[in-house]
Amino acid sequence: MTAFTDVSLPSESEEVWRYSRISQLDLGAFAPLSDKRAEEPGVPAALQAVVEACGPYAALAVVRNGSLAHVDMADPAVEIEAMAGDDADVVAGEDDVFTRLSREHALDTVAVRIKRGAVVERPVVVLHWIDADGAAVFPRLVVHAGEASQAVVLDHVSSPSSTSALTAPVVQLDLADAANLAYLNVQELGPSVWQVAYHVSQVARDASLAASLVALGGDYARVRADSRLAGQGGTSNLLAVYFGDHGQMHDFRTMQDHVGPKTTSDLLFKGAVQDLAHSVYSGLIRVRKGAAGTNAFQTNRNLVLTEGAHADSVPNLEIEENDVRCSHASAVGPIDEEQRYYLEARGVPSDVADRLIVLGFFEEVIDRTPVEGLRPRLRDAVAAKLLRQTR
Amino acid sequence: MSGHVLRIEGLRAKVADREILQGVDLEVQGGQVHAVMGPNGSGKSTLSHVLMGHPGYEVLAGSVTLDGVDLLTLPTWKRLQAGLFLAMQYPIEVPGVSLEDVMTESFVAAGRVNEPVRELVAAEARRIGFDERFLSRPMNVDLSGGEKKRNETLQLGVLKPRFAVLDEIDSGLDVDALRAVARRIEAATNEDGLGVLAITHYNRLLHELKPDVIHVLSKGRIVATGGPDLATELERTGYAAYGGPDDQTESRPLAQNPFAPDPFADPLA
Repeated sequence: MTAFTDVSLPSESEEVWRYSRISQLDLGAFAPLSDKRAEEPGVPAALQAVVEACGPYAALAVVRNGSLAHVDMADPAVEIEAMAGDDADVVAGEDDVFTRLSREHALDTVAVRIKRGAVVERPVVVLHWIDADGAAVFPRLVVHAGEASQAVVLDHVSSPSSTSALTAPVVQLDLADAANLAYLNVQELGPSVWQVAYHVSQVARDASLAASLVALGGDYARVRADSRLAGQGGTSNLLAVYFGDHGQMHDFRTMQDHVGPKTTSDLLFKGAVQDLAHSVYSGLIRVRKGAAGTNAFQTNRNLVLTEGAHADSVPNLEIEENDVRCSHASAVGPIDEEQRYYLEARGVPSDVADRLIVLGFFEEVIDRTPVEGLRPRLRDAVAAKLLRQTR
Repeated sequence: MSGHVLRIEGLRAKVADREILQGVDLEVQGGQVHAVMGPNGSGKSTLSHVLMGHPGYEVLAGSVTLDGVDLLTLPTWKRLQAGLFLAMQYPIEVPGVSLEDVMTESFVAAGRVNEPVRELVAAEARRIGFDERFLSRPMNVDLSGGEKKRNETLQLGVLKPRFAVLDEIDSGLDVDALRAVARRIEAATNEDGLGVLAITHYNRLLHELKPDVIHVLSKGRIVATGGPDLATELERTGYAAYGGPDDQTESRPLAQNPFAPDPFADPLA
């Protein structure tokens, strides 16, 4: 194990880290795994329920502490392989200290390839499991959706509740022309795990991405998600649900980067905070010169459920083209008093009314997540958090 | 007569530092239909929300009891369990929450766990002519004004209160919907001994509901009480005789939804 030496962390004074907790990260408390450990094959017992909820899969990969430990390919249109950790042809995009550390310390880059023209109806399930206490883990996942292919990928990220770790996942979604990819990232990390994730998607001509993030766990859990609409007629639908409690912080930075003409992006991020939790949403719609005919929408709504919890919402537009339709909306506030009154007037006790309203608030997104069998688990996780609310 | 009594005595209430109700006295027996009429701004909607416990209103004095139970000390949801239902003038949209969810939780809270919620809801929907497609949809979302009022009446039918306050239930209703709503409420008064306090601006509802007693509310007080003839007289003469010009602009209650249909529009127009 090598400790991180001469690594200087960014600070909150940089715009992209503003409102974050990055200065509280004690990098010295974590050490990268220097080489692949003999990870157990098979699905961790704690994740059997996730696999079962997904139903029959097209392919299954289990990545333990950053190493591809188990693969089961059921559909010949899907290939999964591990490439060397620093494989250079993957992960384009902006560099920061965490993506550099990822290149340096990643054990495997897991590549999922969907064959050209293939219609893969069952989900590709990738389980990231982190149980190496004190480890800094650098998972890398690349999904290549071949031309005119169609697939659903679940990327589930979790750890035992006792594990203390740092994870800096890098996810790249590459959609070839006319590819159709639904990607669902469910983050159920334990309460002592830091996550600094970078997701980047590249959407080619007439391709369509639906990317959903569900953030429930972690101590500080960040996702920076950039979607680059490179080819004409490409579409990105970006969804998120996040719900922080206790002292959790969920931190999202998004970019809808319109490069090609007639591209569309539609973002809907819905979050809630309770107890002393804090959330940040900061999003940029960027329409570059040449991206005429762009449609770009961005909506961020936050429920602040208790005193002491806090949500920041910062939408931004940067438009260099004329013929565009863009809008953004953001809201931060408590549960609507009229909605609560209405339900109470029907005999629903106040706390139950609040639970229904919060679940209903999230339902707009959960109902659109691609792995239907997993939705009850997501609803249950939200309901369980509400029951644990400390007033 | 069912023997149940809703009694309002000396009720004074304010909203946003303005005293709207200035001493309301009223008593409704089970099975009876009372109408509260009055000019805009007389406090009709305030009365309904104060009875149900809207958080925006503050009671200054007086009492409201249902079969002797003091409603004013109860939270809203317990007032429903005590037997009071409010059909709202502007039913609130609750995204992502279905009618069935709400009825189920209401039954659970009331200990009515053995009652088949889905069947009751479906039966009431058929009775009131509420499209069953709406039952699994989010509460009031994308419903027309008339559908919302049918939905309110449906919930009244499922929850079976002892007393129902109908706050302008006739606004935004077409003739068919008005008739369906009125027929369902009338049936409840006959079958279940439901007592009704119908707050209304128009006589149209009263032609359908046939009230036993009419009250005129003006400037926060009941200024006249009489039989059905009083409604006929009001239709002819207006409220001028009762201290209120009837074109007075109503103070906007907190619950008012700015996107709701114009509450003062004649639904027949």
